[in-house]
Amino acid sequence: MSGAVVPVVRIQREDFDVAAEIARLSEGRADIGAVVTFSGLCRDEQGRLSALELEHYPGMAEAEIARIASEAIERWPLHGLTVIHRHGKVRPGGNIVLVVTASAHRQAAFEAANFLMDYLKSRAPFWKKEHHADGSAGGWVDAKEIDDKAAGRWKAPSK
Amino acid sequence: MATKLIYFAWVRERIGKPEEDVELPAGIETVADLLRWLKSRGEEYEHALQYPDVIRVAINQEHVEHREKIAGAREIALFPPMTGG
Repeated sequence: MSGAVVPVVRIQREDFDVAAEIARLSEGRADIGAVVTFSGLCRDEQGRLSALELEHYPGMAEAEIARIASEAIERWPLHGLTVIHRHGKVRPGGNIVLVVTASAHRQAAFEAANFLMDYLKSRAPFWKKEHHADGSAGGWVDAKEIDDKAAGRWKAPSK
Repeated sequence: MATKLIYFAWVRERIGKPEEDVELPAGIETVADLLRWLKSRGEEYEHALQYPDVIRVAINQEHVEHREKIAGAREIALFPPMTGG
């Protein structure tokens, strides 16, 4: 058994390579039986959008995601964890976010990835602005109540 | 002591600047007090903070509630609900 899992957290403008990120977690190890990846991509909303622009709070974005990642490591027996979130302009079909979780068994990897995405949505300081395909001025994407509810379901029962 | 205020997304656009240093007047103790005071500073602040309840706040890069005390804050950020992921 290796020591404590150190999560990989990156906030970057550049794209990422999902296969390379899986390999980074699993290469050279024989104790990982399950790797779950979640990728969030930019949609064009039926042709309405030409891009999404992601603004973030430098410093806090890294710190908040690191806090969420530490909580996941406390709650599930993970062998590895990577979160990458892009900022700047992303075109439809492009990657926005990646979560990779590795564990001995699938349940922990699935649940931790789900938890991480729910928490990222409601707590990581990023904001999406729409760019319209027809050139008209785009607005900021509204937060969805359903995302807050999704994060709420992971709250530990009160003691 | 000056406090650094940072704004993001439509809060930044409506106020018209990404950040500023302010001298907080006496009596501004909580985040809610700060929002109320800022809102009175002009039309652009009034527009940005029209519905203070929806504004999210971070002190020194950590989320806080509106009842949180702001004593000792170096950096206070105001922003809309987050839409990342």
